[in-house]
Amino acid sequence: MTTLPASTAKKLGLVIDLDICVGCHACVISCKEWNTSNYGAPLSDMDAYGENPVGTFLNRVHSFEVKSEGCNAQTVHFPKSCLHCEDAPCVTVCPTGASYKRVEDGIVLVNESDCIGCGLCAWACPYGAREMDAAEGVMKKCTLCVDRIYNENIPEIDREPSCVRTCPAKARHFGDFADPDSNVSVMTRERDGMELMPELGTKPVNRYLPPRPKADISGDIDILAPLLAPVPENKGGFMGWLDKALEAI
Amino acid sequence: MHPAPSVILFTTLSGLGFGMLFFLGIGIPDVSGWTAFGYFFIGYALAVGGLLSSTFHLGNPQRAMKAFKQWRSSWLSREGVLAVLSLTILGIYAAALIFLDMKLPIVGIIGSVLTVATVYCTAMIYGQMKTIPRWNQLLTPALYLVYMFAGGALLTRQVPLAALLLSLATLVQMLHWVIGDKAFVNAGSNIGTATGLGNLGQVRLLESPHSGTNYLLKEFAFEVGRKHAAKLRIISVLCIGLLPVMILSFSTGGYLAILSALVLHMIGLFASRWLFFAQAEHVVGLYYDKHRP
Repeated sequence: MTTLPASTAKKLGLVIDLDICVGCHACVISCKEWNTSNYGAPLSDMDAYGENPVGTFLNRVHSFEVKSEGCNAQTVHFPKSCLHCEDAPCVTVCPTGASYKRVEDGIVLVNESDCIGCGLCAWACPYGAREMDAAEGVMKKCTLCVDRIYNENIPEIDREPSCVRTCPAKARHFGDFADPDSNVSVMTRERDGMELMPELGTKPVNRYLPPRPKADISGDIDILAPLLAPVPENKGGFMGWLDKALEAI
Repeated sequence: MHPAPSVILFTTLSGLGFGMLFFLGIGIPDVSGWTAFGYFFIGYALAVGGLLSSTFHLGNPQRAMKAFKQWRSSWLSREGVLAVLSLTILGIYAAALIFLDMKLPIVGIIGSVLTVATVYCTAMIYGQMKTIPRWNQLLTPALYLVYMFAGGALLTRQVPLAALLLSLATLVQMLHWVIGDKAFVNAGSNIGTATGLGNLGQVRLLESPHSGTNYLLKEFAFEVGRKHAAKLRIISVLCIGLLPVMILSFSTGGYLAILSALVLHMIGLFASRWLFFAQAEHVVGLYYDKHRP
């Protein structure tokens, strides 16, 4: 059924800390590596070694600049993957029932053997979380590494999404938002975790922690700064004359 | 949005076909035998041809039958179910009319009502998309339905009615543009709400997540040809209604006049449907800083 469950027992999702992310793209690579070789169709690349490589990714890192009047511009690296929305519009538009939200943990998944590749779910998603695989013709999306988090064949420390496991800065956290005492719920509460595009009513589960206010360093100029002042190109005096004379020869 | 030719053909041709079948189902024009066969053949060719062309954009068309399952929640599924129902019921009506010279008015009316429901579902596939504010307006289903009735009236050679509906279609189309042009801003999503960083200042994309293109940019951030939008809108307005109505007002319903009005109308219809997609902005473009007012 592509109708959404009224409620889910757990609400598994991610907290992404925009204050910490350094934009290294390690999560992008580890996500691609895990998900191309495990659950479902591989994440194909077209023209991988040619002039115009295009590929399927489930997680991408954008970099934004924020600038307000009188302040220094601030760079914010912004990882983006499926937000596993409570009111997921990608699920209800699916004509075949391939797209569904799990009652037990709230993960939004695609049953690839039912997907006809119509692309409507990607149209309905505001966040660009779904990409059609050009080789398989089926819709690919973040599974929250459903094949890791419950996988008893791998060490317990690895039973979290690949992107979370790999993040060298610990900017990504995995947990259950239905539990008010979970790591993700506490972080969201303490740091005012944000929903993306709340005006669209999708009720995303994943939350983003805003960058902390930056210290004002505008009056704090380094003592070595004067030495970095640009040197005038054309000096006067004898050296200036010599320079011009040699130029003219 | 990427204006895929298969989807433009699907929505325009099936709209015309169902429009024609609507009128045939309610007994307009009053035909039977081989004349009826000719009319129904054209109606079915357009409707079925359009529906088939829609399967060309599927990644796995061999599984298309599975799309009939989720009619409780999905407009696309509802459209599929209703299309099959209306074509089957009108098929019975047509067969009785052609081969037995027998009129089954109740069957015909049920079939006609179902054609309207089918086109309404087609329109709602687009109209439901909150992510594409230009489509997410009440006039989207009105637009598809008025095109359906106008095309149907033209194809069944009802000159005064066709002229009236073609004028109405032009009007609704122009209103759809006027409302649609402001829809993105009015919907309230911007790069600030998309990133949640809007309260910290002006947000702009510093670096794209990938150096090349991807599925999202190809499908949702179509920009080529938006620059010709104004010209295409003028062509649409002239061809959808103005020129066909002029031709019809000077004619007595002869085939040549109908055919030339139809050809012009279809040119206008294709142009406006191309614009319907090409000018539609998806909110995911905000993450790529594609929406610059």
